[in-house]
Amino acid sequence: MGILLAGDISEQFMIKGVLKMPFLFLGQEVWITDSILSMILISIILIIFAIICNKIIKKAKEIPTGIQNVVELVVEMIDNMVKGTLGDNAYRFRNYIGTIFLFILVANLSGLLGLRAPTADYGVTLPLGIFTFIIIQFQGFKNSGINNFLDLFKPTPILFPINIIGEVTTPITLSLRLFANLLSGVIIMGLWYGMIPVVFRFGIPAALHAYCDLFSGCIQAYVFSMLTMVYVSQKL
Amino acid sequence: MGISGIDFVHGCSAIGAGLALIAGIGPGVGQGIAAGYGASAVGRNPGARSDITSTMLLGQAVAETTGLYGLVVAIILMFVKPFD
Repeated sequence: MGILLAGDISEQFMIKGVLKMPFLFLGQEVWITDSILSMILISIILIIFAIICNKIIKKAKEIPTGIQNVVELVVEMIDNMVKGTLGDNAYRFRNYIGTIFLFILVANLSGLLGLRAPTADYGVTLPLGIFTFIIIQFQGFKNSGINNFLDLFKPTPILFPINIIGEVTTPITLSLRLFANLLSGVIIMGLWYGMIPVVFRFGIPAALHAYCDLFSGCIQAYVFSMLTMVYVSQKL
Repeated sequence: MGISGIDFVHGCSAIGAGLALIAGIGPGVGQGIAAGYGASAVGRNPGARSDITSTMLLGQAVAETTGLYGLVVAIILMFVKPFD
């Protein structure tokens, strides 16, 4: 959270503190930042969407119309994505994969609406990586028991430190990839909006938004959920 | 007019941030090679286009990570100022 959080620097791409909490946490100041606000907004939007979808699916028709089409499209797409990687175990993971995929997708695309993309905050992406890490290790212990730990000593015990590093860096690489991709987009957009004369702010940034927010955001949401599935499938 | 110690550290941090972005060369080459092989694979087997594209994009996104580590190092050097 501390990264790029500066109270008095007013550059476009910094995380800005909005509200200072009246207490200290482990001796550090606690701030409500704009990325937290946009994350709350995105969560509310997703929850409202889920409630509407639930109402509509309960009255589902044989021939789908309107928003039922959209819901079926999204669910089928996520189902196909999960089944392609995890095969028969897909039904156990598609809820989690669907949740993180939709959250990251909407969070990445929120830059188009003028919000600061919450995934460009390391305090948001690291917990996502840690969730994945917990699921990977839980599946490892569930499916192979103590062998999950003993595998770290293979092929020779000398490689134990390297194997440990290989396991522990999984959440860090996952979260840094998402964070740095979105952060580079936010920085490019911030520099463009901050340095040029006003006339260039119309029209031209659309191309940059199309790459930095739309293309990069969709690819990274796909990559994050795909890599989560690949790591989980190695432990099955 | 002498340069104070802290200014020297800031200047060296900026130079280091610039040098860290040399890391962008590797992912560029790697992604280009992956895209080239993807194009030739589509040319050989146009029916598998969607599979090839998704595999290629996944590999490219993983290859991109090392370049992004350079970016993260540069940003930490520029804005977090660990050597103050």
